This record gives sequence, C-alpha cells and structure tokens, in this order.
Amino acid sequence: MKSGSTLEKVLASGQPAVTAELGPPMSADGHEVVKKAQLLKGFCDAANITDCQTAVVRISSIAAAAIAYQNGLEPVMQMTCRDRNRIAIQADLLGAAALGLKNCLCLAGDHQKFSAAGKLKGHPGAKNVYDVDTCQLVGILKKMRDEGKQEGGDPLEVAPQFFVGASWTPMGDPIDFRPINLLKKVNAGADFIQTQGIYDMELFRKQMEKIRNMGLHERTAILAGIIVPKSAMMLKYMDSSVAGVSVPKEMIDRMNKAKAAAGEDKKKMKELQEQEGIKIAIELIQQALETPGVKGVHIQAIEWESAIEGIVKAAGLYPRPQV
Amino acid sequence: MIVGSQKPIDEIWNMVKDYKKVLVFGCNTCVAICHAGGEKEAETIASLIRMKASQEGAQMTVDHMGVMRHCEPEYFEPALDKVRSYDLVLSTACGVGVNFLSDRTGTVPVYPGINTSFYGAVEAPGVFKELCAGCGNCILHLTGGLCPIARCSKTLMNGPCGGTNKGKCEVGPEVDCVWFQIVERMTKLGKLEKLAEIQPPRNWSTSRDGGPRRISMEHIREFEEKEAAKTGK
Ligand code: SF4
Ligand code: SF4
Repeated sequence: MKSGSTLEKVLASGQPAVTAELGPPMSADGHEVVKKAQLLKGFCDAANITDCQTAVVRISSIAAAAIAYQNGLEPVMQMTCRDRNRIAIQADLLGAAALGLKNCLCLAGDHQKFSAAGKLKGHPGAKNVYDVDTCQLVGILKKMRDEGKQEGGDPLEVAPQFFVGASWTPMGDPIDFRPINLLKKVNAGADFIQTQGIYDMELFRKQMEKIRNMGLHERTAILAGIIVPKSAMMLKYMDSSVAGVSVPKEMIDRMNKAKAAAGEDKKKMKELQEQEGIKIAIELIQQALETPGVKGVHIQAIEWESAIEGIVKAAGLYPRPQV
Repeated sequence: MIVGSQKPIDEIWNMVKDYKKVLVFGCNTCVAICHAGGEKEAETIASLIRMKASQEGAQMTVDHMGVMRHCEPEYFEPALDKVRSYDLVLSTACGVGVNFLSDRTGTVPVYPGINTSFYGAVEAPGVFKELCAGCGNCILHLTGGLCPIARCSKTLMNGPCGGTNKGKCEVGPEVDCVWFQIVERMTKLGKLEKLAEIQPPRNWSTSRDGGPRRISMEHIREFEEKEAAKTGK
C-alpha cells in the first residue's frame, strides 16, 4: 500500500471503485461541507474536494477535505498548479498529510478568466502561477512519497504518503495525442486517473483500446468520469462548449423528449429531465464499467450531491465494499 | 522586436499636466515598427498634448524628437544635453528605454508614453503577436520551435491541458492553443515521440531572479577597450 486510503484499498481488492465530488461553498460556511459530506458518505469510496473550481474563490480544498474527513467521508483533495508555486504546494501537501489526508488529485486548474464567465465578478485579473504543470506536480508527490525528498532535494523525515491521481481528457483535442498525455502522467507516477465526463461511450471505448494496447490500464487505475445530466440545455451546453466533451445527438433528443412530456408545467419539466438524467447516468456507469481497462467511476452530480445515493444504488454499486 | 501600444491621451495628460516644458521622445527601432512610439508617433502625441493643453488653458511648451535607439548610449548621448533642458521627458520608447534614460537624466523625470507589451512579430499588417517571453533558457528545440511559455495560457511544459477546444485555448475562441499547434508541428516534423518525454520542473531563476538579469560578454568588452586604446579615445 502506498497510502492506505480506502480508494487505494478498494482498487487493490479488484472491485470497481466509486468516487464522487463535493464542491466547497463560496463562504466560510463549514456546515455546508458537513451537509454535503453526509449526502455522499457511504455511497462512494472517496469524494473529490474541488480546489477553487473555475477559479472561483471557495473554502480551500485542504480545509474542506479535512472537514469531510472528520465527518467520515474520505476525501480526494485536489491541487491545482494555478494558484501556488512549488514552495506553497509542498507546504500544503505536508500540512494535508499531517491532517490525515491520503488522496491527492493533481490538476492544471481552470484559467482565472473562467471565474468571471458566469454571473460572478470573479478575479479575471489575478496572476496565475504555473511554476510547475500537472505532470511535474505528479512527479513531486511521487518523489516526496517514494524518495522522502522535496522537489529541491532536501530530505523529509516524515514523508507524506499520498495516493496520487491526475485527470485525463480522453477525447480532448488533439485526440491522437491524448494517449501520450496519459502515458506521461502515468510515467510521472499517477496511481489513479479520473477522466473528463464521458457521454460518447463509443469514442471513449476506442480511446481505451489504444490505452490497453499501450498497457497503461495495468499501470494506473482509470476511473471513468460520469457527469449526471440535469437537463437538455445542460447536455447541449456540454456538447458545444465544454472541451473534450461530445454528447451524442440521440442523448440530447432523449432528454428533450423527457422535457416535452411535461407539457407546459415548468416544475414537472425539471423533474422529468432530472429523472431521465439519472437514468442516463446509470446506463453510462454500467457501460463504462463494462469497458475493459476501466477500474471504476468518478460520478459528478454538480451542486446535486443528493442524487448520488440513488444512482449508486441503482447502478448496483451499493453497499460499498468494506476494506 | 519589442511591441508596445500607446497609452490613452487622458492618462498621458494626467502625467504631464503639471509640467511647463515637455519633450516627447521617440525611439525609431522596435516601437516605431509597431507604430507605437517612433518619432512620427512622438510628433502626434506632442500635438495631442498641445491640443489638450489649450483646451484646459494650460501654459506649456511641448516638443518632440526621436533617436534611433534609446537602449544604447551612443544614440542618445549626443542629444542628452537637450533632453536635460526639459522639465519632463515623456519617452515613447519601450520600458527598457524609459529605464535606461531615467538612469541618466539627473533631475529630469522620464515618464512612459506607451505600454510595453511583449516580444512579438508582425502576424499580419497591423497585427502583432507575442512569441517569446525572454525566459532565459530556450527550449524551442523540444517543442517544434513554438513557445509554450509565451503562448500557452498556463505556460505548460508537458502537453496540452484538458481545455483545448477545436484547436483553441480554453480562455477563448480568439486564442490559439499553442499545444495543439506544437502537436501538429511535431507530427509534421516526424518527431511526435519527443513529446512523450517528461520535462522536469523548470529552473525559473533564468526568467526572474534576484534583481535584474545581466549578461556580460568579456570578449566584447576587451575588444572595445583595445579599439578605444588604439584610436586614443
Ligand atoms: S522558451 Fe524562453 S527564450 Fe525560448 S521562445 Fe520561449 S520564452 Fe523565449
Ligand atoms: S488550452 Fe492550450 S494554450 Fe490554453 S492553457 Fe491549455 S494547453 Fe495552454
């Protein structure tokens, strides 16, 4: 065992792993984290705690992860390269390990411009850091754990023992380069991979075939990303605007049909689309887990943590293994 | 070349309005090519300031001139006495020129007339694009000659992030993703496998260090000293 985290143990047991996602609030409200943690607890092996996703200021991933951990939910803390140089990154990693955190997902992080893309003012004028990139960050975590050394070479008397993860966009542009992208992260030391949300299962399976031919599925645990769709509008948006995500037309049609079944009733429109979205998510989970080389699923119900219980149960992934 | 763009006239006016004798001082190399701060632009800025002064009823003399380069003493030294006879120099050279002059004008302040933006090239007539960030440790041999430090929004060294969308950067459709281009170019050059090598964390001290970075070329100094001795200067 590298870290002894539940996620690592479930994966080692050969059973499909389930991770979920918890977005910390944009205020100092720790109760919000506790509330969300309670919704997820028991229905996943670990939950990602986002690190100022879309560059919006929120409770830090480490602090929220510590709260989740104290409340019985195993966290996957996230660490972006956007906001910290290697000094701050390593200091935070030591602190996180001292707080008992065991999983860390390395990310480039969304550009600061995203923080003002919606209704928020955000901080589009912030200076980004990118002292290191994702591959380099993965390497730093591995070096700290396996060699007991800081990036600069100074020894760590007590080394942080993280189960190291990285994200991967299997269908991102340029698509032929994406397997090499994964290869680099695995070579750098990624123990597990969570993918960008997948709707086009056929295309994903083609990419996975390449990954299997490269043997990468045996060197890292790939968790397929499932983003629970809420509405036809969301699917259309994901298809047109989110990098590396394409949504088959039939899926959008299916959601539109669910919406149309509600007639003019707005509330019902929402309900029926959410029900259909949950059905779609369950099917995607099953298809993903049937794909050779996939070791688990990363289910994101964005600002909809309450949906996870039903999805995990219906997908036959409950109860979670006791490891 | 170094690319810059003119500051708005209102900002310039706020800088100069309390001075009586102002020299708008152009530089005829990089910033002239990008139409920001050559002698011609200095002339235009000088007349804009005069117009503004007469609108505001301010008494002020505004002249202009230009030299070939603000960053080498041999070009502006002959003009230095004249420059020092003003209350204020508004330099339309790049930031290097403003700094270099400020170190040499004694009690006369030198203010910036332009915003120095980047090192770039002429992409199309009137369009300038940043292509290098002067990082002090060039790695273009690893990336097909296209710079991820200057051109990737996240200065990534190991390939594209997940934000690449149809060849564009995640920050917006007007920005090309340079990693998309690097992959394309390396494919064309038959060197794609090179990109599979992991680039370790960089030593950024060549890019930003304690105090200004300096390069000292001893052989050039020795040569110039010998030449000066020969000519008896
Ligand atoms: S690698 Fe450095 S020196 Fe080379 S083009 Fe990029 S910024 Fe300039
Ligand atoms: S989309 Fe391309 S250019 Fe933009 S940050 Fe990502 S890799 Fe860099």
